[in-house]
Amino acid sequence: MIELLAKRLRGVLSPEQIITDRQELRTYECDGLAQYKATPGLVVFPHTTAQCAAVVRACAEFGLPFVARGSGTGLSGGALPHAQGVLIVTSQMRSILALSIEDERAVAQPGVINLDLTRAAQPHGYHYAPDPSSQQICSIGGNVAENSGGAHCLKYGFTTNHVTGLEIVTPEGEVMELGGYAPDPPGYDLIGAFVGSEGTLGIATAVTVRLTRTAESVRTVLAAFHGTDDAGAATSAIIAAGIIPAAIEMMDALAIEAAEAAVHCGYPSGAGAVLIVELDGAQSTVDSGFVRVAELLRHHGAFEVRVAADDAERALIWKGRKSAFAAVGRISPDYLVQDGVIPRTALPGVLRRIAALSQEHGVRVANVFHAGDGNLHPLVLFDAAQEGAAERAATVSGAILDLCVEQGGSITGEHGVGVDKSAYLPRMFTADDLDTMQLLRCAFDPAGIANPGKVFPTPRMCGEARRR
Amino acid sequence: MIVTPSSIVDAAAALKQGAGTVLIRGSGSKQDWGGKPPSPDLTIDTTGLTGIVEHEPGDLVAVVGAGTPLSTLQAALADKGQQLALDSPHPDATIGGIVATNVSGPRRLRYGTARDLLIGITIVRADGIVARAGGKVVKNVAGYDLGKLFVGSYGTLGLIAECAFRLHPLPAALIQEREVLGLAEAIDFATRARRSPRAPIAIELDWRDDLEVCVTYDGVPAWDLPGGAWLFKLTCALSRLEEVLRGARDAAQRHGIPLHLKGSLGVGVLYGGAPEATPEFVRDLRAVTQTVVLTAPRHDGIDLWGPTPGLELMRRVKAQFDPEARLAPGRFVGGI
Repeated sequence: MIELLAKRLRGVLSPEQIITDRQELRTYECDGLAQYKATPGLVVFPHTTAQCAAVVRACAEFGLPFVARGSGTGLSGGALPHAQGVLIVTSQMRSILALSIEDERAVAQPGVINLDLTRAAQPHGYHYAPDPSSQQICSIGGNVAENSGGAHCLKYGFTTNHVTGLEIVTPEGEVMELGGYAPDPPGYDLIGAFVGSEGTLGIATAVTVRLTRTAESVRTVLAAFHGTDDAGAATSAIIAAGIIPAAIEMMDALAIEAAEAAVHCGYPSGAGAVLIVELDGAQSTVDSGFVRVAELLRHHGAFEVRVAADDAERALIWKGRKSAFAAVGRISPDYLVQDGVIPRTALPGVLRRIAALSQEHGVRVANVFHAGDGNLHPLVLFDAAQEGAAERAATVSGAILDLCVEQGGSITGEHGVGVDKSAYLPRMFTADDLDTMQLLRCAFDPAGIANPGKVFPTPRMCGEARRR
Repeated sequence: MIVTPSSIVDAAAALKQGAGTVLIRGSGSKQDWGGKPPSPDLTIDTTGLTGIVEHEPGDLVAVVGAGTPLSTLQAALADKGQQLALDSPHPDATIGGIVATNVSGPRRLRYGTARDLLIGITIVRADGIVARAGGKVVKNVAGYDLGKLFVGSYGTLGLIAECAFRLHPLPAALIQEREVLGLAEAIDFATRARRSPRAPIAIELDWRDDLEVCVTYDGVPAWDLPGGAWLFKLTCALSRLEEVLRGARDAAQRHGIPLHLKGSLGVGVLYGGAPEATPEFVRDLRAVTQTVVLTAPRHDGIDLWGPTPGLELMRRVKAQFDPEARLAPGRFVGGI
C-alpha cells in the first residue's frame, strides 16, 4: 500500500522530497523523546501548502495515517512516526510570509524557527512572546501543535494566546483559512480548538501570530535560599503582593549541581534552591517592583540576592536554567524529564512528597520548574545499566504525575500528551470527558488518520450512536 | 417550559429528559444577541448554578458556577485584591452568558477575552452527558481545549455549567488620558499609546458627535456599549482602523443613520449602535470590514453573522455535539 502511495506522490513531489530508503527512514524514527521509536513507512518534505494538501489527500484516499513533524524537538513523542504511514516533515516550509508591524502580526510557514520570528520583529521593537527552551530550533508548526509555553508565559501566555489565524490542511486534504489579522472571526473558535491538538486535527501550513511590544526595561535577579520551602514561600509572596513577573524559575540543589558541572553558571555556593525572577515593563514600574521583590526574597530567607547588571550577566543567570535538562546528563547516565503542574500554593508540600518518593525508591530527582505557574519539571535520574533502575525511575515519574492530579493539577503543562502520557490521561479525565473531546476529533478527522494513537488512549468510533 | 436547575446533575437531567428544542439562558441580558431561534420547547435557566466553588488567592484562580453574576464574583474577588479581568456591559450578566457570547470590552487589550482567561470548563452536552476539559491550573496542555470551543458558541454546543478562570491582581487607582481629536489625529494618538512603554490597559474610542480617545494606564475603566436597537460588531486589522472608521461613518451618513461608534483602538474591535438600520446599510458596513449584527429588532432577511470561513467544519462540529440540532437552532453562524 505504502509503495502505491509513494508512486502517487512522485507525481506531486520531486525525488529529493521523498525518502523511501530504509536506512534514511530510520533517521526519523523518533522525536525529542528517544525512548519511543518507529520507522516511518515514508517521509516527505512538502515545500508548499498545495503539496502538503496533496500528500494528505493521498493518505486519505489510501486510508493511510500521517504524522506531521516540525523540528522533532517534542518531548512527549507527539511526532513519533507511524510504521504504516507517512511522516510529513514541514522543515522545508520555512518562510516568514508577512511581517506587519503596523498590524502587530506576522505570518509564518510551519517550519519557521520560533526564535527567527523574534529576530525578524526585534529591529522594530517587537518580539514573538512564547519562548520554549528549545526556541533556537523548535518550529512554529510544532509550537501550534503542542501549544508551547516557555519561561515567560507566566505573564505573556502560551502559543494559543498569540495565534490569530491559521491555514490548515484538514485530515481530508482540504485547505482551510481560519481567522487572520483581525480579531474575533465569527463562528466557533476553531483556532482555539486546533492549537494544542498535537497534530490530531490536521496540519497548520501557515500561522498568523501576534507580535508583542518589547518591554522598555527588564531586570533579572538570582536569589539563593537554603531550601526549596523558602524559595516556594518567596514565590507565593511575590504573587500575593500583586506583582506578575515575566518569569519565576526555581532549581533545587541537585539541578544546580548539574548546571554548574555543565555550564559553570556560578550560582551561589551552598544554595539548596535558587530562584530566578525577571520583571519587565516600563522603567518606573520595573524599578519600583524590583525593590519590592528584593525585599520579599530577603524576607523569605534569601541569603544572596544577585542582580544582573547587564545583558551578559542576565544571560549567565539564564544559562544555568536553560541548560538544566541537558546538564543533568553530566551527573546521571540516564534521566526522565517529567512535566506536571500543580496549583502554585501546593508547591512546598508537593516538593516534600517528591523528596519522600525519591528516598523510598532510591531514585534521585532533580527539580527544575516554572515556579510562577506551578509547572514542575522533575528530572528523574537513573542508570539503565543497573537492573531494575529504569523501572524504578518510571515508577517515581508516574507517582509524581499522580501527585499532580491529586492536587488538582495537570499531567502536562507544556510537553503534551503525545504517546508518552496517553495512558495517564484517564487519571485526569473521565471516560465522558475524553469521549466529548473526541467529538471534536470526529468532526475534523472522521477516518482517524491524523496522528492516530496519540493523546487519547482509546480512539472513539466516529460513527457510533452517541445517545445512551 | 422553563426549568431552573440548582445543580449540574439537575441540569444534566433536564437536557437528557427534555424533548425538542432547548434555549439556555443566564440573566437574559444578551438573549436577543444573534439569530432568534423559534420558540423553544424547553428553556433552561442557569441562574440556579451559582456559587464560587473555589478561590485560592495564592493561585490566582477561581472556579465558579456559570449562573453566578459577574458582579457577585468581582465583589468576592475584590475582597482579596483580585479581579476577573473581563468587561460586561450588563452588571447582572452571568459568567456563563459572558463566556457563551465572548463579550469583550476595553480591558481586552491588556488581558485578552474570556478565551484567554478561561482555564477549565464543565459542560453538559445536548444528550445530558457531563464533561470537563482543562482544569484549575493556568498551564495545562492535557487533552483538547474544549473551553475555547465553547467560548462564543452562543449556547449551540452545550450548557456551560462551571468555569475556572485565571485571575489578576486588582490594578491601582484609575489613570486615564482623554483627548477629543479629528480621526487621523485620534489614530495617531492611539498608535503612540499602544507602542508606549507604559503599556496601557485600554485604548478606547467614543465617537458620536465628537470623537474622543481615552487611554487607561491603570485602574478599571468604566464601559458601556453604544445605545440603539441595532448593535454591530466591526473587527479589523490595526492598520485599517482609520479606513474602517471613516468607511462606517460615511456609510451611516449615506443611509441617514445616526451611528454611534465605540471600541478598542488597541485591538481593532469596534461596536456600532444605531436606532435604525437597513439591509443595505449592513451590506455597506460589510464592504468596509467584517461585521456581525449582534442585535436587530427585525432581521429583514439579513444574515446577522455574515460570511464565515470554515463554516462547513463548524457544521460538522455542531453535528457531533448536538446531532439533533436541539440547542438554539438558527441562532448562530450559517443558521447553526
